[in-house]
Amino acid sequence: MTTPPTPKALGGVGTYIDDRFHSARFAGVNLRKVFPNHWSFMLGEIALYSFIIILLSGTFLTFWFNPSMHEVVYDGSYTKLHGVTMSQAYESTLRISFDVRGGLLMRQVHHWAALIFIAAMFVHMLRVFFTGAFRKPRELNWLIGATLLILGFVEGLLGYSLPDDLLSGMGLRIAEGVLLSIPVVGTYLMFFLFGGEFPGHDIIPRFFTLHVLLIPGIMLALVVAHFMILWHQKHTQYPGKGKKESNVIGTPMYPAFAVKAGAFFFFVFGVTALLGAFAQINPVWLYGPFTPAAISSGSQPDFYMGWLEGSLRVFPAWEINAFGYTLALSVLIPALGIPGLVFTPLIIWPFLEQWVTGDKRQHHVVDRPRNAPVRTAFGMSGVTLYGLLWLAGANDVISERLDVPLYGTTWFFRFALILGPIIAFIVTKRICLGLQRRDAAAASHGYESGIIKQLPSGEFIEVHQLLTEDAETVAVAKKEVPALAAAVDGDGVPSPGSRSMMGRVRSRLHNFVVKDDIPVGEPHGNGHGDGHGGRPELGEAEAEERKELRH
Amino acid sequence: MLLALAVIGVVYAALSPETGRAEATVSASVKDVTEGKRLFDQSCASCHGLNAEGTKTGPSLIGVGAAAVDFQVGTGRMPAANPGAQMPRKRPVFDDQQTKALAAYVASLGGGPAIPSKEQVDPATGDAALGQSLFITNCAQCHNFAGGGGALTGGKKAPDLHETTPSHIYSAMITGPQAMPVFNDTTVTPEQKRAIIAYIVETREEPNPGGFGLDRLGPVSEGLVGWVVGLGLIVAAAVWITAKQREND
Repeated sequence: MTTPPTPKALGGVGTYIDDRFHSARFAGVNLRKVFPNHWSFMLGEIALYSFIIILLSGTFLTFWFNPSMHEVVYDGSYTKLHGVTMSQAYESTLRISFDVRGGLLMRQVHHWAALIFIAAMFVHMLRVFFTGAFRKPRELNWLIGATLLILGFVEGLLGYSLPDDLLSGMGLRIAEGVLLSIPVVGTYLMFFLFGGEFPGHDIIPRFFTLHVLLIPGIMLALVVAHFMILWHQKHTQYPGKGKKESNVIGTPMYPAFAVKAGAFFFFVFGVTALLGAFAQINPVWLYGPFTPAAISSGSQPDFYMGWLEGSLRVFPAWEINAFGYTLALSVLIPALGIPGLVFTPLIIWPFLEQWVTGDKRQHHVVDRPRNAPVRTAFGMSGVTLYGLLWLAGANDVISERLDVPLYGTTWFFRFALILGPIIAFIVTKRICLGLQRRDAAAASHGYESGIIKQLPSGEFIEVHQLLTEDAETVAVAKKEVPALAAAVDGDGVPSPGSRSMMGRVRSRLHNFVVKDDIPVGEPHGNGHGDGHGGRPELGEAEAEERKELRH
Repeated sequence: MLLALAVIGVVYAALSPETGRAEATVSASVKDVTEGKRLFDQSCASCHGLNAEGTKTGPSLIGVGAAAVDFQVGTGRMPAANPGAQMPRKRPVFDDQQTKALAAYVASLGGGPAIPSKEQVDPATGDAALGQSLFITNCAQCHNFAGGGGALTGGKKAPDLHETTPSHIYSAMITGPQAMPVFNDTTVTPEQKRAIIAYIVETREEPNPGGFGLDRLGPVSEGLVGWVVGLGLIVAAAVWITAKQREND
């Protein structure tokens, strides 16, 4: 292909910029940057694009939102609430919804984009986790991602609190209760945050500053860091023909990926705008202004906080009263202990896994989830725990809609939260090992072609055909977990590392990871004689077709 | 003899100060009471007793008033098909005339709250803004902020208020059916009751300015839509544009 000459006007601009920034080389390299072609690599982009939508729609909202607890009497367009005393925060939210042109649409876009943002971070994180893409050298980017997720939760909670409607107030009430449950310093922390007794006049303006300035600022910085590290370290890729640790196969940034990513931004924006236009979210006018004496049934936080709501709902009412003090275990454990139980493994996982497996190799070709059964099983039990807690947070709605007794759901979740993750772990691990066996069998014996052949002796056999080159690469992609340094050296002297308690824990865990290992199947070529013919014709035709597509 | 007593009861009920507001009972004729007694014997006496004195399966109805009958029978909760934790709302078995007759009969047994007048429950004359603050402090904790209903303990639930007539809402407040507490006229004055009715009716009739209301269930249905529709469509788009892409372009 010959490059057509650059149009004169463009060339002039290019030269002007290049003379000043020496950008030609930089652009030349980066415009050819390769992005792998798999849809699951777009999940993180959903988060990026919805974050942009949130920033823009949120900026619009700040033009009219008044983060003040000052009391006013409503006299706006929503006549049903005429004469109701409310805070300026709530009043201005109603004004945005009913009197500002496009205000309700922007509010709804902002809220839907926030839900999609956090949901996208979730699925992106699950993709990275289950494929082991967090492994060396990408551990730090995992940390940044986990921080972004947690900050997303916090940012969402702050935003949920700002309109000062009944629902926000109930969320704040729980936040207050959680702070109060902290031993010794809880009361001080609560008074510090709220500027006095609940709800006070300070909380909304304070949350507003955090919501529009501090947290998004930190998040934006982390998003940039996340992206620059990704750019520098390059993408991981799924195993396949020609895919190596030393290359990235995919589409160059310019023009194809730029078009794809640009189009994808508009998909994300389009779906968010559609939801904003057609699906009502957080109808603050129905909730009414917050008064500490009121509460509504079916009060839930936004979905990402639902799991904490659930842990609070199903935890037994334990508390310790001693020396005139109360330790509210029924709040402290579910609201602070459970998040610790979930977030700690999430944050330290890459380092924990590296320590247990002793795998310090660089990984650019990702694992298939089945090839790391313990990790996948652990991840699935985490997903199960999270999902059950999340459902428990909606237990009254479940009870009401499905006609099951409310306390029945509580007891169900109490047992399910303990048994569910264990069952999920065992089942997932077995499924992974089964899939590994199938891969190993396919790699060494080929796949069952469905062709039945009668031999001259009269025997019937099913013809096995060799995998295509691509499928074979995938089937044998599993990398063995390296063995730990022997606990005892040649002279029978125990190594210092394995003698300590941590050393013993480590070798136990290592053994747990590798004990069920299925050896990688080696292809046998044509070694079995009949029935193991060359590459199947279909595969060849397909390969031919692909070749043509590439022209 | 019994009939004579019943008539005296009706007259007493109509004249006694606590039910003096009830014009409905005034019109209750002897014929109504007789008809009511006949229907009661047929459909209610097996649980509530031949003289409505109550049995193991059903409470006494002496003194519950016409309002209670109007609510329970008028919403189809009574006669109950299957006594359980809570009687569900269903198609009423009796028509308006029969319900009135039953109410007259039960009222004749011992007075009690009367069926509210049209004017007492007229949503147009109620103050919806006042109703709003009363509703979220007194009703929303069970019936939900938009009157969508909610779960209660012991297999009971607070029903949604989407279909309930203003008169039945009023009757429910003064008689406290099933799990609901009684909001008597000193707790919530008749004017405040009318305000609450105005708020409920105005809320359920107002359109959803933001699009589909998602059943006004709050964050649960929003989260479901966010994941299934929002993220679902976007991920489908990701799969689609990746599949449409030519390899190594």
